[in-house]
Amino acid sequence: MSFPWAEHYSPTHPLMKWVDDRLPLPRFVYNAVGAGYPVPRNLNYFWNFGVLSGVALTIQIVTGIILAMHYGSNAGVAFDSVEHIMRDVNGGWLLRYAHANGASFFFIVVYLHIFRGLFYGSYKAPREMVWLLGLVIFLLMMATAFMGYVLPWGQMSFWGAKVITGLFGAIPVVGEPIQTWLLGGFAPGNAALNRFFSLHFLLPFVIAAVIILHIWALHIPGSSNPTGVEVKGPQDTVPFHPYYTAKDGFGLGVFLIVYCLVLFFGPNALGHPDNYIPANPMSTPAHIVPEWYFWPFYAILRAFTFDFFFIPAKLLGVMAMFASILLLFVLPWLDTSPVRSGNYRPLFKKFFWLLVIDVLILGYCGGAPAAEPFVMISQVAAAYYFAHFLIILPIVSRIERPLPLPNSITASVLHQDSYEGEREALPGMGADTQPAQPGLAH
Amino acid sequence: MATVETSETAAHAVEGEGVRRRDFINIAAVAFAGVGAVAVLPTLINQMNPSADVLAAATTEVDLSAIKPGQAVKTIFRSQPLFVRNLTPKEIAEADAAPVASLRDPQTLEERTQAGKKNWLITMGVCTHLGCVPLGAGEGEVRGEFGGYFCPCHGSTYDTAARIRKGPAPKNLEVPVYKFTSDTAILVG
Repeated sequence: MSFPWAEHYSPTHPLMKWVDDRLPLPRFVYNAVGAGYPVPRNLNYFWNFGVLSGVALTIQIVTGIILAMHYGSNAGVAFDSVEHIMRDVNGGWLLRYAHANGASFFFIVVYLHIFRGLFYGSYKAPREMVWLLGLVIFLLMMATAFMGYVLPWGQMSFWGAKVITGLFGAIPVVGEPIQTWLLGGFAPGNAALNRFFSLHFLLPFVIAAVIILHIWALHIPGSSNPTGVEVKGPQDTVPFHPYYTAKDGFGLGVFLIVYCLVLFFGPNALGHPDNYIPANPMSTPAHIVPEWYFWPFYAILRAFTFDFFFIPAKLLGVMAMFASILLLFVLPWLDTSPVRSGNYRPLFKKFFWLLVIDVLILGYCGGAPAAEPFVMISQVAAAYYFAHFLIILPIVSRIERPLPLPNSITASVLHQDSYEGEREALPGMGADTQPAQPGLAH
Repeated sequence: MATVETSETAAHAVEGEGVRRRDFINIAAVAFAGVGAVAVLPTLINQMNPSADVLAAATTEVDLSAIKPGQAVKTIFRSQPLFVRNLTPKEIAEADAAPVASLRDPQTLEERTQAGKKNWLITMGVCTHLGCVPLGAGEGEVRGEFGGYFCPCHGSTYDTAARIRKGPAPKNLEVPVYKFTSDTAILVG
């Protein structure tokens, strides 16, 4: 679907006409990410992160397929084959660093994308399905990243696999058989490594498929925008191409500069040195930590140090960790405020930033050793995380008095506040366009 | 074809209360395909379970003759560390002296060893907190303030019966299934 004023695909070249009659793929692309997709004219740079996530996935798939050509997924050779990639394969060091850091940057842009959605209420009707599919992608990403981290078969790979599959062991009665089934043995070994490699190769393509659904669902109502006011007419939109291809292109340039800075000047800054020690089932690293992008969830997992009624602490932690993500699936129905954008919700805005700080604190605690004061801090922060979604959001939605919304996207762009919305938009277009540039005058 | 079918089914519809032979064939075919799909699931799921070679390595024999009182060895059982320890009479006395009722995971040394073999403490070397390998089995390793095992990860301290006494671990070190095949050998698993 698109707005009625969307530009129509009309090929002029005979070959393109011939193709269009037989397989209208160019038409499909034109309507999806070309001039045929009208987009609100007021998107800010936070709307870049969807495209950047797609680019990050592409980098991961391209570098990953190449790495798979040189990697041996056998517990006997896996660690050495990664060192072979690093030292012997032509440009292998670059490809592996690009892949390892690419995972981190994928999560960076996806987290920004998610928080963009949280602030601007992008999860609200009629875009709930976009949000739900995005969460599915997020879960798939986490599974893919975890299994990818196991592949180098270093100490962190091995013990990470043990701790994470051990989470399933916390489930009563069926837990241990499930853990053994997942690993294909009693501890991570060759069987586990091989299946993780197979799934790590498969899942990115599943992610790509869900991304297509995600964009499809987005294009039914069309993109949201920083005001949260729906598109009312052609004056509110511009074609995706060239306007947002250009804006996303600029953002992509900035993204790639930052990515390359880390890639070339700190390729191991986000990794853990223990993973350069081959996996050893007989010796545990002193401090087992997952990759940074799992730290907030790891902190919630470890926040439970006490049994509650008959539920052991370990199982409580596992349930809380999964609940912290599954909770987001009901978010569209917890936040009942009809106003989407945080810009017009003064109370919500404050709590939004508190949530951001809370997640950052959880992240810091998840990376810290499991000792005081971090355990206590993560307990408070984890409690606040759940309180934000289950108590604060529903109450804020009820009692908050939102600011007046602009009459339309165009009115907002032209800085006409809603109470002066009756003023005609056209004459003069304000001060912005008035002064002729001196250079043009001559 | 189509016209023949409609006239035929129309006749049947009256007596068959709306269920046509074609409906039956549809349901039967879809059900057959469904049963077939379900029938292959066990194979697809079961392949993930430990394979025969992994299971074949699922028992471990340990020769006890070389382990003197006070010594311990670290060996491998099901790809995980296994602690085999020959307790001294002093260590046994310490374990018996502990107030069992007040322990986090109340068990006596008798319950954790086999009858008449109270000095042989056989446990997994896997901390019940987050799965680290505790210290204390190797020569010269720290044994913690209760003289048993000490986990360096988060400070869980086990006593001479490998019971949790201090720190975050919820349970005692697990005692695997084993039997004495002779006075100086055990078969674990």
